[in-house]
Amino acid sequence: MMDSDLSILVRGIGKRYKIGAAQQHTDTLRDLITAQAARIGSSLRGKRNHSNEADHIWALRDVNFEVKRGQALGIIGRNGAGKSTLLKVLSRVTDPTEGYGELRGRVGSLLEVGTGFHPELTGRENIFLNGAILGMHKKEIEARFDEIVAFSEVEKFIDTPVKRYSSGMYLRLAFAVAAHLEPEILVVDEVLAVGDADFQRKCLGKMGDVADSGRTVLFVSHNMSAIQRLTQDSIVLDKGKVLLRAPSAEAVDFYLNRGLSKLGERFWEEDEVPVSSTPFRPLSIRILDKTGHVSDSVRSVEPIRIEIDYELTEDVTGLRVGYYLFTTRGEPVFTSFDIDSEELFKEYTARPKGVYTSRCTIPPDTLNEGRFLLGVNASSYGIRRYFQDDQALSFSVDSSGAPGTHWPEPRPGPVRPVLGWEIEQKGSA
Amino acid sequence: MAEANLNSAAQVVTLKPAKGWLGIDLKELWHYRELIYFLTWRDIKVRYKQAVLGIAWSVLQPVLTTAIMTVVFGILLKVESDGLPYPVFALSALLPWHLFQLSLQKSSISLVGNANLLTKVYFPRVIIPLSSVLAALVDFVISLVLLFITMAIYKIPLTWSVLWVIPLTLLTVLAALAVGLWLSALNVQYRDVQQMVPFLIQIWMYATPIVYPITTIPEGTFRYIYSLNPMVGVVQGFRWAFFGGSPPDMTLLISSLAVLVLLVSGLFFFRRMEKTFADVV
Repeated sequence: MMDSDLSILVRGIGKRYKIGAAQQHTDTLRDLITAQAARIGSSLRGKRNHSNEADHIWALRDVNFEVKRGQALGIIGRNGAGKSTLLKVLSRVTDPTEGYGELRGRVGSLLEVGTGFHPELTGRENIFLNGAILGMHKKEIEARFDEIVAFSEVEKFIDTPVKRYSSGMYLRLAFAVAAHLEPEILVVDEVLAVGDADFQRKCLGKMGDVADSGRTVLFVSHNMSAIQRLTQDSIVLDKGKVLLRAPSAEAVDFYLNRGLSKLGERFWEEDEVPVSSTPFRPLSIRILDKTGHVSDSVRSVEPIRIEIDYELTEDVTGLRVGYYLFTTRGEPVFTSFDIDSEELFKEYTARPKGVYTSRCTIPPDTLNEGRFLLGVNASSYGIRRYFQDDQALSFSVDSSGAPGTHWPEPRPGPVRPVLGWEIEQKGSA
Repeated sequence: MAEANLNSAAQVVTLKPAKGWLGIDLKELWHYRELIYFLTWRDIKVRYKQAVLGIAWSVLQPVLTTAIMTVVFGILLKVESDGLPYPVFALSALLPWHLFQLSLQKSSISLVGNANLLTKVYFPRVIIPLSSVLAALVDFVISLVLLFITMAIYKIPLTWSVLWVIPLTLLTVLAALAVGLWLSALNVQYRDVQQMVPFLIQIWMYATPIVYPITTIPEGTFRYIYSLNPMVGVVQGFRWAFFGGSPPDMTLLISSLAVLVLLVSGLFFFRRMEKTFADVV
């Protein structure tokens, strides 16, 4: 039994999954039968079945940490680092393959916003249903009903089936229920990625309240400024292992500088790319300086080149490949796609299968000094998103030599354009 | 304060790999009783939404089936019916059969249909097929009125033995749950199950004395094997509870034992499979 001031204790937790082929092969009875037949066949021929380890992947391995009651812990890591698996294990959705853990109190998670909402039921009915699914008792829901409705701002439509709601209303109602769950341990996964700015602010505010009221919060986000604002400590996950546990500022720093690429280039391993991306297969992304060298640190006064290499395993129509540029605090700077221009749009509407590089140059005197994050997106507008990695690569911009640097003060803002100033004297005093 | 400490101590949840064949945790199930209620309520509410006739369908379905059977088997094929008017004979068997069939249809796809719940929130998984079966029970209770009306029309008197319907209904629910546990858990891994269910139901119906009397089946060993079908005992029990005659003692006993075996094995199988539901669904 753990100490009474601990809220979460995790010892040597590991989770193993079957991967790709191994799992898909036994999805139907016919496949199971043929697979069994093949196994018998190969053992008859005297072949050893030693593929066991290769068929599995450890999404988490040997994870140890503890969280004190009332503490907010951030969990940082790339896509596929094991964050979601960790949250699933902690919320008991799936059992760990090995290890041991203890949780004190009710676990509520905002990763399940809207879980169990039924489109045919009214807002009122869904509040009760969703509340019960999240583990609230009927009396609790009744006691907080008015509060939930007020928070969601859908009073007028509370007796309308939610299938007639706008997506914003739907989300607000769903969040309102989850936010009033008041669990001892709150797990938040990227909820801030959805909704408009107002809604996000509301979510963050509510999360702050939860942490202040002495409950334990686990917060997973790609938004580094939110992590720093809302958590004291963070753990950095990579390939299913905890690399570091440190005060959040330090952990964010470590993650940005080491968890991603140091060299200004990033390769996607086979296992980092979801199967759902097919036929788009990202290969690499890199930052090049003026001389064409891959570099993690570029100068603002020189052109900055960004190259994305990818493979199309089939012919694709309407594909656009591009990136989002963020500051490391998560503020968007701009978004650009390779077929933004009309000529390229016409020429590359249909792309035959093959290996491609989409190359782009950020003109000199665009970015201010600081660290930036590139997110890659490959999609067909309105049809399908093939691939997205919100933190594909980070790089630093050095502004030495830029106009205005004769004053040593830092300038706020992510961009540092050179603007054409004129000064005119309107007569003399 | 001391009480608060006790409470929080009681709420410690342990995470560890699940091992072996676990039984069912009734205490936990009781703790989640409100969720069972809400999911059952949702299934009922949603089933007849946007249907003009709404819940009336739960009465119309057995009426229509009885009418079809009466024409085909009673009038055209002249199947004997224990000396009862054919509609009464068919309806008394169709009511529990409909309960069983609807439960099976709904529960077999229930886990896959609620995949979003399975992958996001923890609760005892058995609640999902259980609430599908309970929702079907509500339809059954409504349609039971139909039988009383039909009996009044044909002037068949009611006796106290009609109370046997209560334990017999429970037996039907348990039988449906038992099969539902097997099928729903299998369907998570092998979607073939949901393709097979309609045929399973058809075969099962003809293996149950619904359109024909049990006397068609030769007495002795063969009848005993036949009674391994849980619905044989249920249907015979229903007819006896309403119309009297010789009590279905051996038939009912064998059928009940079959339910017990199916249910216990189903629970263990389900518990064994549920560890991976969230990973494979």
